[in-house]
Amino acid sequence: MDLLTLPFMQRALVAALIIGLAAPALGIYLVQRRLSLIGDGIGHVALTGVGLGLLTGNDPVYSAVLVAAVGAVGVELIRERGRTSGDLALAMLFYGGIAGGVLLVGLSDNAGSNSLMQYLFGSLLTTSPGDLALIGGLGAAVLAAMLVFRPALFALCNDEEYARVSGLPVRTLNLLLAVTTAVTVTIAMRTVGLLLVSALMVVPVAAAQQVTRGFRSTMTLAMLIGVLAAGVGILLSAEANTAPGATIVLLALTAFVATAVGGALARRFRRGRERPPAATEPPDVVLHV
Amino acid sequence: MSEPASESSNSVVEVRNLAVGYDGREVLRDVSLSVAAGDVVAVLGANGSGKSTLIRTILGLVPLGRGEIDLFGVAQRRFRHWERIGYVPQRLGAGSGVPATVGEVVASGRLARRGVFRFPGPKDKAAVREALTAVGLLDRIGDPVTTLSGGQQQRTLIARALAGQPDLLVLDEPNAGVDAASQEAFAAALTRFAGAGGTILLVLHELGPLRPLIGRTVVVHDGRIAYEGAPPEPAGHHAEPGHEHVHPHADEAKPAICEWAPTEGTKAY
Repeated sequence: MDLLTLPFMQRALVAALIIGLAAPALGIYLVQRRLSLIGDGIGHVALTGVGLGLLTGNDPVYSAVLVAAVGAVGVELIRERGRTSGDLALAMLFYGGIAGGVLLVGLSDNAGSNSLMQYLFGSLLTTSPGDLALIGGLGAAVLAAMLVFRPALFALCNDEEYARVSGLPVRTLNLLLAVTTAVTVTIAMRTVGLLLVSALMVVPVAAAQQVTRGFRSTMTLAMLIGVLAAGVGILLSAEANTAPGATIVLLALTAFVATAVGGALARRFRRGRERPPAATEPPDVVLHV
Repeated sequence: MSEPASESSNSVVEVRNLAVGYDGREVLRDVSLSVAAGDVVAVLGANGSGKSTLIRTILGLVPLGRGEIDLFGVAQRRFRHWERIGYVPQRLGAGSGVPATVGEVVASGRLARRGVFRFPGPKDKAAVREALTAVGLLDRIGDPVTTLSGGQQQRTLIARALAGQPDLLVLDEPNAGVDAASQEAFAAALTRFAGAGGTILLVLHELGPLRPLIGRTVVVHDGRIAYEGAPPEPAGHHAEPGHEHVHPHADEAKPAICEWAPTEGTKAY
């Protein structure tokens, strides 16, 4: 693979590996909370940040981090306040974000569908050394936060009321999740693109949970799937000249299909061999999974 | 144990002239309630009477309208020692597709005591095992909670509360829709907790197998306390152990004191 001797390829690969590890580590909490689509929405908002950066001549990654973080905190405050109007408010925020982004990118000197496409779907060529340092630093911070606060975040996402009665700083933890979502979306936009970043948070988790029994093991396996899909995806897309983001996401989806089929077969096999479960009690409460 | 103010006073929960409303509708009116250390108090009432709102307000999950609530002798808004309270909700949180083992759920109960910044240590692990032993589920510690029956899930939630080694247990209809075997395991765990000097405040739909444990009942009707005193005598087949009910929650409160005694017509399976 002489492609790997090219510096931009090395940067793209390292960035993808960092994101492949960090995105599912965060995504598992979003999935647990049934907010699987939130990353997508924040991605829309981040596009306005990209537009602002291009228009003012700053690195779009910085402005995107800022705008996405503000948007994510806004989403969290809306979510906290109530449910009735929240759905509509989120929709307006997301569409405002993408419309603002398209408008601002169009106004900037770098106008042209090419630069917009790079941010929407990712590109191998756009990660500068400065970007890589930022991606590395922020990615490590996200990863550390997700691992260090795992017990607290698990308790929060599993049962928010219980977390409240336990005296946990529920609001701070919610805002932590919101801001780390924004950060992850933005650092992933160089490689996988804003429209596909959410997939890298959610699909590895969905794949992992087909075959795992606990939260911790799901998180570990999801990170493994994420980092593999990202690494292999970058190499494949360079060899086959395909879009990197799409390649990574399709690989992750392939992993999902594989674990779903494998998990179903394993369960059937186990059920066939084991004695029927000692049914002492009727299933009086059905959990809607 | 760590709060000097509470050592002097014996009061665990003190509610004075509480009023709570949602969207302009009053749910609780002028409710006062006092729970002392070692008390076992059951709050009874029909669906919609406000009994759940009462304990949810005590826990700070529902904002206080008017009145005052003290927890362990400290005003609720200034209360910080949440590790002294073990909360058992009606059922496992909505959860999601992400699997979690019984051990992981019960370990959440240690957070209040340990704090957010510390990693679980051997003490935490021992407390989790002890709590699971108390509810008879230690052998399921590594199983996903979704593979448990409703009664076993309820016992998991009790274990989560017990793992924090609280002084007060607050339970919201713990035996709704729970099979007889689990109800017994459950009653045994609560009896042990009360026997060790623990205080229990629980919302019940019917006394059932917990009856011998209950020291005092409070009947909430139409947002007010309609009766407070010794547990009412069991009446009819509803009081038989093992008699289970699941009730829809849209019932209108009817104007009678003992409407909390369920009727056959509302049984819903």
